[in-house]
Amino acid sequence: MNIAEKLLANAAGEDHVKPGQFVNCRLSCVLANDITAPLALEAFAEMGATKVFDPERIALVADHSTPNKDIKSAMNTKLMRDFAREQGIRHFYEACGGGIEHIILPDKGIVLPGDVVIGADSHTCTYGALGAFATGVGSTDAGAGMALGESWFRVPESMKFVFSGQRRKWVTGKDLILFTIGKIGVDGARYRAMEFAGPVIEGLPMADRFTICNMAIEAGGKAGLIAPDQTTVDWVTPRAKREFQVFTSDADADYAEVFDWNAADIEPQVSFPHLPENTRGISEVGDIAIDQVVIGACTNGRMEDLEAAADILRGHKVAEGIRCLIIPGSHEIHLEATRAGLVELFLEAGCLVSTPTCGPCLGGHMGILAAGERAVATTNRNFVGRMGHTESEVYLASPYVAAASAITGKISGPEEI
Amino acid sequence: MIIKGNAHKYGDHVDTDVIIPARYLNMNTAEELAAHCMEDIDKDFIKRVKPGDIIVAGKNFGCGSSREHAPIAIKGAGVSCVIAETFARIFYRNALNIGLPIVECDVAGLGIESGDEIEVDLSGGIVRNLTRGTETTFPPLVGMAQTLVEAGGLKNLVRKRLGVD
Repeated sequence: MNIAEKLLANAAGEDHVKPGQFVNCRLSCVLANDITAPLALEAFAEMGATKVFDPERIALVADHSTPNKDIKSAMNTKLMRDFAREQGIRHFYEACGGGIEHIILPDKGIVLPGDVVIGADSHTCTYGALGAFATGVGSTDAGAGMALGESWFRVPESMKFVFSGQRRKWVTGKDLILFTIGKIGVDGARYRAMEFAGPVIEGLPMADRFTICNMAIEAGGKAGLIAPDQTTVDWVTPRAKREFQVFTSDADADYAEVFDWNAADIEPQVSFPHLPENTRGISEVGDIAIDQVVIGACTNGRMEDLEAAADILRGHKVAEGIRCLIIPGSHEIHLEATRAGLVELFLEAGCLVSTPTCGPCLGGHMGILAAGERAVATTNRNFVGRMGHTESEVYLASPYVAAASAITGKISGPEEI
Repeated sequence: MIIKGNAHKYGDHVDTDVIIPARYLNMNTAEELAAHCMEDIDKDFIKRVKPGDIIVAGKNFGCGSSREHAPIAIKGAGVSCVIAETFARIFYRNALNIGLPIVECDVAGLGIESGDEIEVDLSGGIVRNLTRGTETTFPPLVGMAQTLVEAGGLKNLVRKRLGVD
């Protein structure tokens, strides 16, 4: 079996599962955020449930409209806060001490290798970087998961993406996943699990691995998975407060498709509007003037991402007229970046540093685009109207490219700095 | 069950951000959400749509965000069924969970244009374009998908599991 099959088989109490089979799995964690939790809690009540299956295994994170942008958002967060208190749920996070769900759940050891996780947020697939089967669902599924502690799954076919060769300088996990989506398309992995492997993946730190698995959904993937190795175990061990299990694919595991790519052929990538599959190498971008840069989100809001941006911005200024928004992914990362002097570096370069939020990524608040404006963002989607007006444009890229673009005022590679 | 309505046609990869933009996601009722349904892809949709109408699309309908607000907005707008070449996984599951009928079939072969009168025989597995005299079949739902539809959505199934009903 491959890793996806092993994870689902383990949580279903089965010796063996195969693609197409329907299984009922025990859930290690159920997640919802300030957009999806209100409907999930409503569904929970309508299902006649009164107690969550295990308060330790529920995570409620207010991050999308955080700090609460208006009265409705404040009421939604209050609903979550009250529910968490009433049910004894410790893992409730909001402004002050919280952060973006897909950054804080791994960081706080709430999700671990071997877990099966559902989250009412499509980027729940991020946790596949830990070797967990994690997938996005809607609010009703999350409400049912909170009530029952289990959920049904159709065992997916798996696709394997093997990266070999020498990764070029400035090429990050973001570039590898944008490249992948560019090759297979936004529905290239629809309903399937995407397993990333090979020496290049094995050489990546956890931050890059989270970025890769985060965007599996942008190819339609049900899960993005990387087999845990020593890097994973070293990262997880100090964070874990319960036992975890390591599953890896068998050498003779079945895959619907296998892709072998040489990383030496891959340059920094930029996804053009209005689909993540519209990927081009930085050398093919041309002259594209921009208005805003966003560095952050569940995709690239980790300490390593801020360090990458700082490497480029150090000693430089943001071009006149460009708004460069830097958004640490959690309270802890914000603190760490402050202690490391990065916040001062960003402010001196002319950026603003926001408190943690998903805000601009989904066009919620904290940096909305007007008609005709363009942004380079380290976020994960560039759909029509995603960051604001339907006539605005979002170009997806790594923190290196985003920071370089902030300095030049047009989409630029780090080598131009 | 037979559904009949007029088509509103869209292309491939209609994402949940255009079905219901994030600026409205702090709303939770079907009525509030329906008022902004399809706003960023078709701003007059909500003025044109009539109860029973059918949304017709290409590949990967409902891709992107997991927001259940998307099928809720569509159902709230009075749409009786969504027909597409394929659906994104989370949208598909959400639609079944809340009882919005959805059909995967050969949309291209039906030659549908906006305004065409479409008939969907859900149990018989047939979609007919009554305006152009074309029809196609679709396979019956299997496994949990079938169970969900028979139960009238996930909430009913969970109520049964919890012994509430």
